[in-house]
Amino acid sequence: MSNLAVLPILMPLIAGILVAFIHKKTTLVRNISKGLAIINLVIVGLVFMQVRDQGSIVLEMGSWEAPFGIVLVGDLLAMTLVLTTNIIAVACVFFAPQSLSEKEESYYFYSFFFLLISGVSGAFLTGDLFNLFVFFEVLLMASYGLIVLGNGKAQLRESIKYVLINLFSSMLFVTTIAFLYSVVGTVNMAQAAQRVQEVEQQGILTTIAILFFFVFATKAAVFPLYYWLPRPYISPNPVVSALFGALLTKVGIYSILRTFSLIFNHEVGLTHTLFIYLAAFTMIFGVVGAISTNNIKLIVAYNIIPAVGFMLMGIGIFTEVSISGTVYYLVHDMVIKGVLFLLVGATAYVAGTSDLRKMGGLIHHYPVLGWLLFIASLVLAGIPPFSGFMGKLQLLRGGLGEEEIFIVIIGLVSSLLILFSMIRIFIRGFWGEKMDIPIPERKKTGNLMVLPAAGLLTVSVLLGVGAEWFFPTIESISQYLMDPEIYIDSVIKE
Amino acid sequence: MEIIMAVLAGILFTTGVYNLLQKQLLRIIIGTGLISHGAHLFILTMGELKTGAPPVLTEGIENYTDPLPQALILTSIVISFGVTSLLLVLAYRAAKVNGTDNMEQLRGNDYE
Repeated sequence: MSNLAVLPILMPLIAGILVAFIHKKTTLVRNISKGLAIINLVIVGLVFMQVRDQGSIVLEMGSWEAPFGIVLVGDLLAMTLVLTTNIIAVACVFFAPQSLSEKEESYYFYSFFFLLISGVSGAFLTGDLFNLFVFFEVLLMASYGLIVLGNGKAQLRESIKYVLINLFSSMLFVTTIAFLYSVVGTVNMAQAAQRVQEVEQQGILTTIAILFFFVFATKAAVFPLYYWLPRPYISPNPVVSALFGALLTKVGIYSILRTFSLIFNHEVGLTHTLFIYLAAFTMIFGVVGAISTNNIKLIVAYNIIPAVGFMLMGIGIFTEVSISGTVYYLVHDMVIKGVLFLLVGATAYVAGTSDLRKMGGLIHHYPVLGWLLFIASLVLAGIPPFSGFMGKLQLLRGGLGEEEIFIVIIGLVSSLLILFSMIRIFIRGFWGEKMDIPIPERKKTGNLMVLPAAGLLTVSVLLGVGAEWFFPTIESISQYLMDPEIYIDSVIKE
Repeated sequence: MEIIMAVLAGILFTTGVYNLLQKQLLRIIIGTGLISHGAHLFILTMGELKTGAPPVLTEGIENYTDPLPQALILTSIVISFGVTSLLLVLAYRAAKVNGTDNMEQLRGNDYE
């Protein structure tokens, strides 16, 4: 039964290859992709149920025993994130036909899309650091394909920067793995954790830990390494932006969470305290960026950064409460960033511009879109009873528990500013006097675009309203993360 | 021997970073190539350099070469080869569409 762990990687991979053969028949590809994405979601859901009820699934590829071969570890954290990824994927695949031109669709959009999902799932599931690098490259390669789709002037310009920063951090990742290998003699996470524990993370190991943090922080856009993020994320098509905003930075945060709760958890005073300070700066700078611009897409893209700060804060405080906050916030943020990018993409499409100064009175023509964006803003800012509130509550409780008052205050202030930055879109873009409908022929497609976003928003609202129902799972994940022995024992059986 | 290799990898990193900081797009790509070579040599060095020993460990063999770094390098070389070729095409297209390959002019301050 342990073969189940490979399904979330294998299914999208096969789907991606399949749709590449029929890429020119647009209608067929669309429908097949929708079907495959739903099948994938159902299968991942079943695997998730299995893991929740019966514990982690560990797959040793080719039956090579754990420290020697490659392992896939389908634990509850990984499966929760894979499930969230697939929910977003389904919403995006239904949004894509409205937002992409037929030409863009036929240039392998769906292949890249499935390969991206495969890479993200792989990164969540792998139990091997070098394999994590390989899956990073798989998802990045797919993202390189997606970001240039459409071939625009600004798009090509921004994608070069995106590829270069990711290539550089990947090379640094390989170098860091070489360092770790020379010290502990393994790239298997469980065995590395065991050996780091034996020597209690002396001297050079903390340096290696910081190098790992540097690599993952570049991918996750933590201060001061977030400068590359906003512009490449808004230059491609809205559906691609939604995929990037929802999934890519979260893989970086997941990697930090995994390595620093499993392997490098012995020098908490040094590494994790650093995270708290960086989290504070990330929140401040991200939210300042979001307020400073009038481009609605840029506002949402900048809002990725303070969210990363919140999650990093939970890892920094490193108690059971704060880690459960981080995990909850991770799931919440993946969903809500997907919703926001889709909604803002639809708004920019129907308004014909993404400049707030040129918009106004859209609510008269697109009431559903407007109110959905309003609800999504409340969810993002963390107004009760929505999901952002539960995540933040746990994080702030964790912060108060450890008497980190200063980060709690910064967190609260930045939440307020996040709400302000999002409500500006609503006030300037949707309120105001009734004007002529900007581009009448886009009304039908615009309304169709709202549907997938509304579906995803329902998931997000459920996540908040039904928090009581989800919370036991989240809490068992955080207990599991705080006790690395469970992970080590599940991988290395002796 | 390890020290010489480590220094060599260091030199590759330095020249790579120097090239990365240039304005011309092609030089930047050459810089990434040099950095990835440095990283690959570095993995090899970190797995200890030995000659004349088999990469297998069975009973009775005490002296062996570590096969893992070689497997890692192979994967890493293939990936960096793929990314570099993609980057070359991307740079060519971007330079052609934007009419310049100077990074100073590709900043994008005019963004909307």
